Amino acid sequence: MLRGIELALGGIALLAVTTLARAAGADTPPDVLVKDVTLEVVHIIRSDKDIQSGDRRKIVGLIEAKVLPHFDFTSMTATAVGLNWRKATPEQKQRLTEEFKTLLVRTYASALSAYSDQRFDFRPLHARPSDTDVLVQVRIVQSGTQPVSIDYGMEKTASGWKAYDVTVGGVSLVANYRTEFGSIIRSEGIDGLIRNLHAKNESLAQSRQQGKK
Amino acid sequence: MKIVLLALAILAGGCASVQNPDPRDPLESFNRAVYNFNDGFDKAVAKPVATAYKDVLPNPVRNGVRNFFSNIADLFIGANNLLQGKAEEALTDWMRFAVNTTFGVVGIADWATDMGLDKHNEDFGQTFGRWGASSGAYVVLPFLGPSTARDSVGTVFDLHFDPVGNHYPVDGRNAAIVLRVTSQRADLLDASRLLEQAALDPYLFVRDAYLQRRRSLIYDGRPPRESQEN
Repeated sequence: MLRGIELALGGIALLAVTTLARAAGADTPPDVLVKDVTLEVVHIIRSDKDIQSGDRRKIVGLIEAKVLPHFDFTSMTATAVGLNWRKATPEQKQRLTEEFKTLLVRTYASALSAYSDQRFDFRPLHARPSDTDVLVQVRIVQSGTQPVSIDYGMEKTASGWKAYDVTVGGVSLVANYRTEFGSIIRSEGIDGLIRNLHAKNESLAQSRQQGKK
Repeated sequence: MKIVLLALAILAGGCASVQNPDPRDPLESFNRAVYNFNDGFDKAVAKPVATAYKDVLPNPVRNGVRNFFSNIADLFIGANNLLQGKAEEALTDWMRFAVNTTFGVVGIADWATDMGLDKHNEDFGQTFGRWGASSGAYVVLPFLGPSTARDSVGTVFDLHFDPVGNHYPVDGRNAAIVLRVTSQRADLLDASRLLEQAALDPYLFVRDAYLQRRRSLIYDGRPPRESQEN
C-alpha cells in the first residue's frame, strides 16, 4: 500500500510549492515566470509567521493574488471535462470552472503548508522563441528520494503565458481528473458533477472551520 | 498470510458489479473492496504509527532513516538499470552506494545527491515494462496497494531480491522492515492528506495517478504521447 500511495502521490504534496504567481508583464518568458513566481511564493511562506503557524486563509489569499492570474482555469476545466464540455451550457461551464478552481486552490493551500526546505532545480527551457506552447520543467531535490519533477504546460496568450496543466512526477493533474469527472457525468450528468464539486468544496470549508489543520 | 486470505474472502463477498467498467480495470469491484480494506488498515494502524513517528523523532533522525534504506535500495536499482540496458545509470546508482556507504556513514547521509549523482527510481515492474510487457489489468493488492498484473509479478521479484528482506536474523529483519515502512508512510502523510482533499473519488484518483505514474517511470519521465481516445 505504501509503495502505491507513494507512486500515486509522491509529488503532489509539493505541487503548490512551485505554483506560478505574480502579475509579471506579458513579455516575461515562461521559464522566467515560473522561477520568479516560485521563488517569491516560497520566500513569503518562509518569512510569514501567520502562514508558518497554519493560517489557511492567508495562504489562500497568497495563492489568489500570486498564482491564479497565471493559470487558465477555463482551459483546465474544459480538458478535464473532456468531450462533455461541448454539451454544457455557458452557465454550466462557468459554474464548473468556478468549482474546479476553488477545489484546486484549496488543494494548493494544503500543499503549500506542507512545504519545508526542499531545493529547486529550474531546468533550461527547450523551446524556440516562436513557440506558443511550451513545457516548463522544475525539479524538487531532496536527499534520499528521487527528484520530483513538476512540469507546467504553458500557452502564450494576449495577457502573458498561462499554465493549462501541471504534471507532477509524471501525473498530469488535468488528465487525472478526467476519468473522475467522466464517471460522475455518466451517472449523474453535468449538473451532478457541479453538485459533487460544490459539496466537496463545502465539506472542505466546514472541516477547516472546525479547526482541523 | 491467513489475515490476507480472510480479508480477501470477506471482500469478495462484498463485491458489486460496476457500471461502465474501464477497460484498464476489469476487476474494479474487487479492487474497490481491497482499496477500502487497505484504507481501513491505513487509518487504524499505518497512519497513526507514522504520525507518531513523525511527531517523536526530529527531522535529522528521520532523514537518516530514509537515507539508510534508500542507500541499500540503490544497489538493487542499479541492477534493474543494468537489466534495462542503461549502464550509465547503473554506474551512477552504484557510485551513489559507494559514496554514501563510506562518506555517508553506512548511508545515513546522502552526499551523492549533493554531488549531483541523482537518485533513480527503478524496480522489476519497470524493467518488464521496458522489455515490452504491457501493464495488464489494474489490481489493488492487500496492504501493498495499487499495482497491475505486470507490476505484481515485478513486486514478487522485488521482494525476493530485497536486501533488507533477505537479512538474518529474522528479528532484526522484521524490525528493519517495520521501520522502513513507517518511514515511507511518514513521508507520505502530507500527500495522503492532499489526496483526501483533492479527490472526488479517491479510488479513481489513485488508480489513474498510479497508471500515469508507472507509464512515466518506465520511460524515465519521457513517455511517448498516448493516442487520445477521449
